[in-house]
Amino acid sequence: MSRDTTAVTLRHPGHSRGLFDIPRWFFLLKLLVRKEIRVRYRGSVLGMLWTYVKPATQLVVYYVAMGRFLRLNDRVDNYVVYLFSGIVVINLFNEILRNTTASIVGNAPLVGKVYLPRELFPVASVWVAFVHFLPQVAVLLVGALVFGWRPGPMNILAFVAGVLVVAVFSLGIGLMFAAWNVLFRDAENFADLIGMVSIWLSPIFYKWDMVAGAVPAWIWAIYACNPLSVAAELFHYAFWAPTRGVVADVPTQFGIWAAVASAVCIIVLVLGQMVFRHHEVRFAEEL
Amino acid sequence: MDNEPVILVENLDKTFVLRHTRSIKEYVVWTMRGRKGELSETFKALNNVSLTVSQGESVGLIGLNGSGKSTLLKLISGVMQPNAGSVRVRGQVAGLIEVGAGFHPDLTGRENVYLNGAILGMSEKELDAKFDEIVAFSEIEKFIDTEVKFYSSGMFLRLAFSVAVHSRPDIFLVDEILAVGDEPFQQKCLAKIRELKGQGQTLVVVSHDLRRIQEICDRGILLDHGNVVLDGTISEAVDRMHNK
Repeated sequence: MSRDTTAVTLRHPGHSRGLFDIPRWFFLLKLLVRKEIRVRYRGSVLGMLWTYVKPATQLVVYYVAMGRFLRLNDRVDNYVVYLFSGIVVINLFNEILRNTTASIVGNAPLVGKVYLPRELFPVASVWVAFVHFLPQVAVLLVGALVFGWRPGPMNILAFVAGVLVVAVFSLGIGLMFAAWNVLFRDAENFADLIGMVSIWLSPIFYKWDMVAGAVPAWIWAIYACNPLSVAAELFHYAFWAPTRGVVADVPTQFGIWAAVASAVCIIVLVLGQMVFRHHEVRFAEEL
Repeated sequence: MDNEPVILVENLDKTFVLRHTRSIKEYVVWTMRGRKGELSETFKALNNVSLTVSQGESVGLIGLNGSGKSTLLKLISGVMQPNAGSVRVRGQVAGLIEVGAGFHPDLTGRENVYLNGAILGMSEKELDAKFDEIVAFSEIEKFIDTEVKFYSSGMFLRLAFSVAVHSRPDIFLVDEILAVGDEPFQQKCLAKIRELKGQGQTLVVVSHDLRRIQEICDRGILLDHGNVVLDGTISEAVDRMHNK
């Protein structure tokens, strides 16, 4: 009952249309995500509860150190909400970056033996990161509501935009890192390094205007247009600005920053896909 | 059977670079000692290989270790890309390079059937429909909801083989499939493969088990150090290999 393939043209095996091919493999993608989550929490008592425990601990520690000891609590209204909405952004970024970087090497037995569009693995990693992201957003929502969160449509839109910015940006970098990690395992350490730095080089603990006055104009420009800064500001606008007693101080030039950051995200994603495809042909032999 | 080619391999070259080190430290040390040339060496796995496989053919690739059989299979499946020459295929290729590629020890048998089936290109509907048949063929119904790491190697291979033969690709690529389970199960597998063959399934098989491969394949290709030495019937190829 083998299908009649005479109508099908000859093609070169092992070529895909990259990210554009992913929707066709949706079913497998779903199973890969499920596998990833099952494997991560194997033999764990708390299981998925860890997605709550880790950010909660993070929040308490940072709040005590930054809010109380360094007295940011006195300078920023509803500092807890401010802090956590930023942490959530950085956590999403870091997890996507770490997961995607390890995704090809982690699936080496598959990559080396069966041909699938290899972008499936980084994309599955992004999805896994979102599974961990949503509980954090839920906690953030509860926290914001306690502080009298009353969002308008613009605030909700800012949240969606912020998520998009982080997802596109980190997938782009992640694709490059995933490919480099096959050649040099240093990429994983490098991704960790970026994760360590990113939380300090975007307005998570402090407010953006504290940076503006402290550095030369060109550094400030880079800082402000960094997609992570923009995403953090979008999240602040979504969750922190509409809470009780906060006077929203949207930077006047935010539109320009957001536009530049969006362009950067798209360029990074295109670049990431190109680097990935360039190295993809050698994945099977290098692993 | 019509003679439409489903696999067309032309002037295929594949070279591997074997790197001995990646670290900066060793790179510097070796360079200073004038041994830079030894940092990597190239190895030609396939040399100007051409072949055509028509629909419904069953081809056995044989040769000693390192003759390039598995590399050729990987190039046909698209897992690897050639350095020169071209590979073209028609229809869906099951990249079943080894039985059980993609099985995860921490998932249950059931989960692995779905995951592996999807990897081999089956849709959710197909898998739902064939699930019982797959499990029944493997004869491990009792353990289907047990994690695969607790399986014996025989049970594992049975399940993996069962998923693979039920995936029904246009071209079936198989590396060392024939050592599956005990004698009765092997007979069952052979019968299944013959059944597929009877239905016009194209097969390319790599194996060291020369007796078994003669039971399955009609055509044989003997490879030696990346060169095609003989392309004829399977018994000719096996005889030639024995006489060397």
